[in-house]
Amino acid sequence: MYSEKVMDHFRNPRNVGVLDNADGIGEEGNPVCGDMMTFYIKVKDDRLEDIKFQTFGCGSAIAVSSMISEMAMGKTLDEAMKITNKDVAEELGGLPKNKLHCSNLGADALHRAIENYRKDVKVEPKAKRPEKPADSAAHCHCPYCGEEFDCKDSHVEMCQNRPASE
Amino acid sequence: MKTIYLDHAAGTPVDDKVVDGMIPYLKGYFGNPQSIHVYGEEAKGAIEAAREVMADLISADPGEIYFTANGTESNNIAIKGIAHAAKKKGSHIVVSAIEHQSVLHSVKSLVKEGFSVTHVPVDKHGVVSLEDVKKAMVDETILVSIMHANSEVGTIEPIGEIAKVAKERGAIFHTDAVSAVGNIPVDVNKLGVDSLSLSGSQFYGPKGAAALYLKKGTRIVPFIDGGIQEDGRRPGTENVPGIVGLGLAARLAKDEMADRAKHLTVLRDALISGLTSKIDHIYLTGHPEKRLPGHASFVVEFIEGEAMLLSLSMEGVCVASGSACTSKALKASHVLEAMKVETALAQGSIVFSFGMMNTMEDVDYVLEVFPPIIERLRKMSPLYTKYLKEGKK
Repeated sequence: MYSEKVMDHFRNPRNVGVLDNADGIGEEGNPVCGDMMTFYIKVKDDRLEDIKFQTFGCGSAIAVSSMISEMAMGKTLDEAMKITNKDVAEELGGLPKNKLHCSNLGADALHRAIENYRKDVKVEPKAKRPEKPADSAAHCHCPYCGEEFDCKDSHVEMCQNRPASE
Repeated sequence: MKTIYLDHAAGTPVDDKVVDGMIPYLKGYFGNPQSIHVYGEEAKGAIEAAREVMADLISADPGEIYFTANGTESNNIAIKGIAHAAKKKGSHIVVSAIEHQSVLHSVKSLVKEGFSVTHVPVDKHGVVSLEDVKKAMVDETILVSIMHANSEVGTIEPIGEIAKVAKERGAIFHTDAVSAVGNIPVDVNKLGVDSLSLSGSQFYGPKGAAALYLKKGTRIVPFIDGGIQEDGRRPGTENVPGIVGLGLAARLAKDEMADRAKHLTVLRDALISGLTSKIDHIYLTGHPEKRLPGHASFVVEFIEGEAMLLSLSMEGVCVASGSACTSKALKASHVLEAMKVETALAQGSIVFSFGMMNTMEDVDYVLEVFPPIIERLRKMSPLYTKYLKEGKK
């Protein structure tokens, strides 16, 4: 189901942990939906000097978190903000279509940590399940039923398989 | 690396004796059972012999057994067929909230046609309450369908009592007994059911061979149009090698059931007691006693099921999970939801189901490799860190 690279990152995730004196913290998802990621960053001269993450989630969610931490390490904040969900999925050698939402969560959690640092104010964790990749590819896949739909439409809202609490 | 298969609730291996018995019907006796020459007669004879053995396993009459391809098909034929045949009498159906999707989705289709349905809740152990079935039934109720044993949490339902309630109110009673038949004693007369689904792939028979029991006089409208096979209730050329295999598996199940149950219960109980003593914040799901002999299911707090499943697979252990991430719809198990397991906790579902090839060495191996997996995954869980820091979940 998963590429060799996904399994490698799942088996040996890079940069797992907590930064005690983090300059920014970003959290995405919630355990009710199934995945939750927290990113911690240290910033020096506008660059990501250190990144740590913690993930409650599936194999894909853990691999995505690890991959993003590697991709963003040492980059300027602007460069890191440009990392898209698609970049992460591609770097991992692809993800099963119903797991693409994990890459959304990972990139969003990192971006949220950077926003947190830049605003120098605590950003409240936002519990949400992303519907569309940031780069708005032509087609999205519903995280609940896996069906392909036009990203402009709100299939996720209509999907009969979504949890009642959504 | 040794591979340990602990996913028998999803499907059992085919017994060697069953394979040996099927081979002649793949190689030599390949005739169509409806043909009236020697090849056809041989195939027909084999099917009828299998029907007798299958009937014997559940104390039915051979004329009440209809061969199908799988449990899903049996459930579809029963639910839709019975509902359509009885619709002049009423249009209300009662099912439990923890039924297999083949039952739930069959009912969903019927609702689109104008039928109505009531989903009966279960308690925290996954047991259907008799009182709730009584409350759910109305004058219009034509069919009640409650599963015999749940494949995800292993709970065995009080089918005899529920069937009695359904029959007293004039409804037809169907049970999806796919996880039960071949693993625990099932007697259709003692249970008082009108209809029952079973599948050979759950008791060391081949995939693609299953059956539906329909008590004499139970009317159904078949949804496959075709010839006269299986009395027209399930037309189509019969899967002769599969049916032969199903019959052989049924005979073995009847002869060996008590010994199998003894062996599986020992392994199951050793795993349950070992894991609950070695790991904190792990909870058995399903009924503590009224459960399938080889079935041990848990929820593990602060981590997610697929991550556990993949980690165990890397150690050579094959298991299942009802977490959202293991279902294509990305929804946590409807069974755990019905049992009111907290949604975040339900994400940490893990299911071990033993078979006859498993040994105590397998249990010991799981007890050795699983706790470090939990420790590793919890180390990267923000929820566990929060719990350790704040003392709250």
